[in-house]
Amino acid sequence: MAATQEEIVAGLAEIVNEIAGIPVEDVQLDKSFTDDLDVDSLSMVEVVVAAEERFDVKIPDEDVKNLKTVGDATDYILKHQA
Amino acid sequence: MSSTNRTVVVTGIGATTPLGGDAASTWEGLVAGKSGVKPLEQEWAAEQAVRIAAPVAVEPSEVIPRPQARRLDRSAQFALIAAQEAWKDAGFTGKAGDDGSVDPDRLGAVIASGIGGVTTLLDQYDVLKEKGVRRVSPHTVPMLMPNGPSANVGLAVGARAGVHTPVSACASGAEAIGYAIEMIRTGRADVVVAGGTEAAIHPLPIAAFGNMMAMSKNNDDPQGASRPFDTARDGFVLGEGAGVLVLESAEHAERRGARVYAEAVGQGISADSHDIVQPEPEGRGISHALQNLLDRTDLDPAEIVHVNAHATSTPAGDIAELKALRKVFGDDTDHMAVSGTKSMTGHLLGGAGGVESVAAVLALYHRVAPPTINVENLDPEAEANADIVRGEARKLPVEGRIAALNDSFGFGGHNVVLAFRTV
Repeated sequence: MAATQEEIVAGLAEIVNEIAGIPVEDVQLDKSFTDDLDVDSLSMVEVVVAAEERFDVKIPDEDVKNLKTVGDATDYILKHQA
Repeated sequence: MSSTNRTVVVTGIGATTPLGGDAASTWEGLVAGKSGVKPLEQEWAAEQAVRIAAPVAVEPSEVIPRPQARRLDRSAQFALIAAQEAWKDAGFTGKAGDDGSVDPDRLGAVIASGIGGVTTLLDQYDVLKEKGVRRVSPHTVPMLMPNGPSANVGLAVGARAGVHTPVSACASGAEAIGYAIEMIRTGRADVVVAGGTEAAIHPLPIAAFGNMMAMSKNNDDPQGASRPFDTARDGFVLGEGAGVLVLESAEHAERRGARVYAEAVGQGISADSHDIVQPEPEGRGISHALQNLLDRTDLDPAEIVHVNAHATSTPAGDIAELKALRKVFGDDTDHMAVSGTKSMTGHLLGGAGGVESVAAVLALYHRVAPPTINVENLDPEAEANADIVRGEARKLPVEGRIAALNDSFGFGGHNVVLAFRTV
């Protein structure tokens, strides 16, 4: 069953918390991974791989650069999840 | 800055070792004659011939926040903990440049390990095999590269004068400190954070060292297994951890009113050119390093009262070192209190030179030589060549200028001798 927007944000918040130590409540749609959430380029790869696994979605490397905010990632997952 | 023979001093010390999570608790353990060796309780240890090791007393996860720790190899975690302690101990706060106490362009970092990020490499290979390519951590390369600990320490303190990683197996940590002394002496830097680190308690290194017949298999008596100079010694016990010094030009230290632990007099370096792993039995290469130290510095053998020996508890190596001391120093050897602190910490490989430099500096500062524990039957060849501090710590002369050596030797035939002296 496909995840809702709310479930995706909550899932991403858990992932970002695990990887970057940011409190889950700070992970909001408008937050930038690099500027607001301490996720650098290498950690972004970790976030993507964890999100792929959690939401059963494939995020090719060329699409990762477009995922600037939590909202971008959430939209991408909503659209592409199996 | 034009001078190429500047005096170098030690202004900060830090450590995380099998005896304690900082330099003070490590020193306390050394003086008390405590052993950090324990049985390996992990499931993988059951099938190993060697089932003992000396893990750090304080897990780095208790000190480093998880998000930072998960992108640092264990060896880099140890290095960072010890370096941050030493940095703070030297009176610095934040990064170089923050408070104007040191110019980042004049600050260096030289941290070495013997093996590098071996647990990261092996763990990520397990991930590759079990979970596939996609799951291999993107942090793997900066974690496993041997310069990782040095680079991370350099980043933490803001070093821009140069960040280096000499690699010479178990002499690596000492070589790092020697390199740092030269950086300051020759005017490349005013302050250098230097030392050694190692984290190799993992089934593969233990199996490999075990199969070389290099390690003690005294599994029934973990605390008695590392016994340098004892007739029953049967190899080293693997330890882990890091030891770091802040080295500084005497001029720079004086200018900012820093506490000075000791002078870092200099180093003697040589290579055996004998065998890839066996020590040269007469200690010729070690003698050459000791002679180089005397030739290149103003160190007087009469002032050397303490030697923190390499003494790994292997049958051949321990004696070769003492023969070299006797050969080079002659009767002066009689007033040198020789300590084998690996009897307590185990052998930290590339971390050994760092931790034992911390021990040698503190021995001078407190004027106490830590003991060699577990010497029940002193090897007659040891007794004939040197005065081993056995059982209990021994007071060093309370007056006058005194000096200490820290010897480190590595597979490959690398010999590094460092000299420190009271100021």
